[in-house]
Amino acid sequence: MIHKNLAKELAASALQMVWFIVLLFPFLVMKVSVTAGTALVRFRWGSLPAIAIVSFIASFAWGRALEWNSHRGDKEQKRTPLTPIKEAIAAALARKPIRRVVLLVLLAAVAVYPFALGMYHTNIMITALIYVILALGLNIVVGLGGLLNLGYAAFFAVGAYTYGLLWKFVGPSFVSAGIATGWLFWIALPIAGTIAVVFGILLSLPVLRLRGDYLAIITLAFGEIVRMVLQNSGPVTGGATGISLIPRPWLLGLKLPPKQAATYIYYIVIVLVILTIFVVRRIEDSRVGRALEAMREDEIACEAMGIDLVRNKLSTFALGAFWAGIAGVVLAAQTTYINPDSFTLWESIMVLMAIVIGGTGSIPGAIGGALLLKLLPEYFRPLAQYRILIYGVAMIVIIIFKPDGLFPRNRKKYTFDAQATEPQAGEAQK
Amino acid sequence: MALMELKNVSTYYGNIQALKGISLSVEEGEIVTLIGANGAGKTTTLMSICGITPIRSGQVILDGVDISSISPHKIVSMGLSQVPEGRRIFPQLTVLENLDMGAFLRDNKSLIKADLEEVFELFPRLAERRNQAGGTLSGGEQQMLAISRALMARPRILLLDEPSLGLAPIIVHNIFQIIKRINEERKTTIFLVEQNANMALKIANKGYVLQNGAIKMADSSEHLLVNEEVRKAYLGL
Repeated sequence: MIHKNLAKELAASALQMVWFIVLLFPFLVMKVSVTAGTALVRFRWGSLPAIAIVSFIASFAWGRALEWNSHRGDKEQKRTPLTPIKEAIAAALARKPIRRVVLLVLLAAVAVYPFALGMYHTNIMITALIYVILALGLNIVVGLGGLLNLGYAAFFAVGAYTYGLLWKFVGPSFVSAGIATGWLFWIALPIAGTIAVVFGILLSLPVLRLRGDYLAIITLAFGEIVRMVLQNSGPVTGGATGISLIPRPWLLGLKLPPKQAATYIYYIVIVLVILTIFVVRRIEDSRVGRALEAMREDEIACEAMGIDLVRNKLSTFALGAFWAGIAGVVLAAQTTYINPDSFTLWESIMVLMAIVIGGTGSIPGAIGGALLLKLLPEYFRPLAQYRILIYGVAMIVIIIFKPDGLFPRNRKKYTFDAQATEPQAGEAQK
Repeated sequence: MALMELKNVSTYYGNIQALKGISLSVEEGEIVTLIGANGAGKTTTLMSICGITPIRSGQVILDGVDISSISPHKIVSMGLSQVPEGRRIFPQLTVLENLDMGAFLRDNKSLIKADLEEVFELFPRLAERRNQAGGTLSGGEQQMLAISRALMARPRILLLDEPSLGLAPIIVHNIFQIIKRINEERKTTIFLVEQNANMALKIANKGYVLQNGAIKMADSSEHLLVNEEVRKAYLGL
């Protein structure tokens, strides 16, 4: 029986090998060189066996992997050699003192990171952490609210340009008044958050009645509109050249050299990430968060329950936009230079991809996904030209083998606790 | 005065008129049923009352107040709650979370808790499955959950849209017994939209027959049950 199956699989792999040879023949075997008007075709027959062997092994391995995946739910296969290790880790983490130690070690590692690894790695980490904030923010909209937003980079741009424009138009008066320009960063943070929220509400108004594909198209258009406006209002935004020499935040009125400034921004962004995680968690565990999830599941049922869909959608977009605005300010401060090219559709897709790879609706997923997508390309520079290819393959593999993402959401068990709040006199609707 | 009254209500989908001037009234404490064939406009009537499908002309009056231009979530806070067609529970939320969504507009936790226990007493099956995701329940259990969720809003009038849809006869029987119990024990007024005319008329005080978007007949349910025309068209006798 096993032999029969094996023979079948080998035959299938052989067939796929032939198919790959045919498919790749024009690319990898034929080489056309054009010299003085005549095309010369050279055949590199030597690469043919390599294609054959690689495609045969790959397709056989893929078949085995799919086979393994389809039996993964079976009881006897649930226990892998890794299971005892996983269980031991989970048991250890469940104990409070151990969890505290792990958390302290993690915190210490985060704290010494910039000193241990230097400016180059600190800057990479800052960029990755900015993406973590973005992913956590978009996670509110996509993961909880179920509203596909492809124009998220627009809010990122709004945040960055708020700081940039503040610098361009308010900065000079700061300089002439003798106030340290480093303060601008702190002024920009709340303003950028607020303006991003306003833009979030502006976007949500026309899309109140849309869902799914239509919503995706409108948000995509919104993202492009914001970018185009930034690009074409030269006198104000500097057009395609953008805004440069944006000040980094100063430490207590003291201008820092670039290296120390990077460390400082690193700590700021760490604090912002922790703040974001805290707020997003609070939202997720609250009734408002559950109402967002209910909206994702069924809009009509929501209305029948008395949930105000308009308010729900407005707050979803506004909450998501707020964090993008904050992240934008940090980006502008870190790079000291912004132009519309940093806020293309590709940025929105990257953030969305981080969420999907990590696990939609999961906080560890958003963090893990964003770190993976931003850090891996930096450390695998030699493979940079295959980046899109690797993303594509990774997405397919994750969707097939880990459809819930790499770090899926572990739903907190909801318990009804009547003692949590004092009973109030009289009910609202009674 | 009737608790809920529809006066000459017309509803359109684009240019198509789905309801052609419907009038009906539901007294406090009654069970009133609206029966009719597929496409007669039963669900549209319900959606029009709730404000989810806005009406074009006429009036929907709840306890003396015209609610025809009030938004759906406000209507719920006025004491009208509905069990939508096809149950529409939240599949990824747990049973308990579904029920909590039903009580979305209330904030007195101890009263909600009391209602939760009452609902669990009504449907012991739900208590067993309180931490299970709604989508993993069977059809009958989902219907129980949908009814419980609507009850969690403590409505004065409960609107039910085809609670028998896609359920086994024995379960349908159970569900209808419980609807009757809710009416008797909690004094909740019930407006029941049904295709299963036989079952609906047996527990109702009053019935309306809807045909092609217009009320064709209105009578006490005993009379409708023996009416020749109704027997032929809706009871299959």
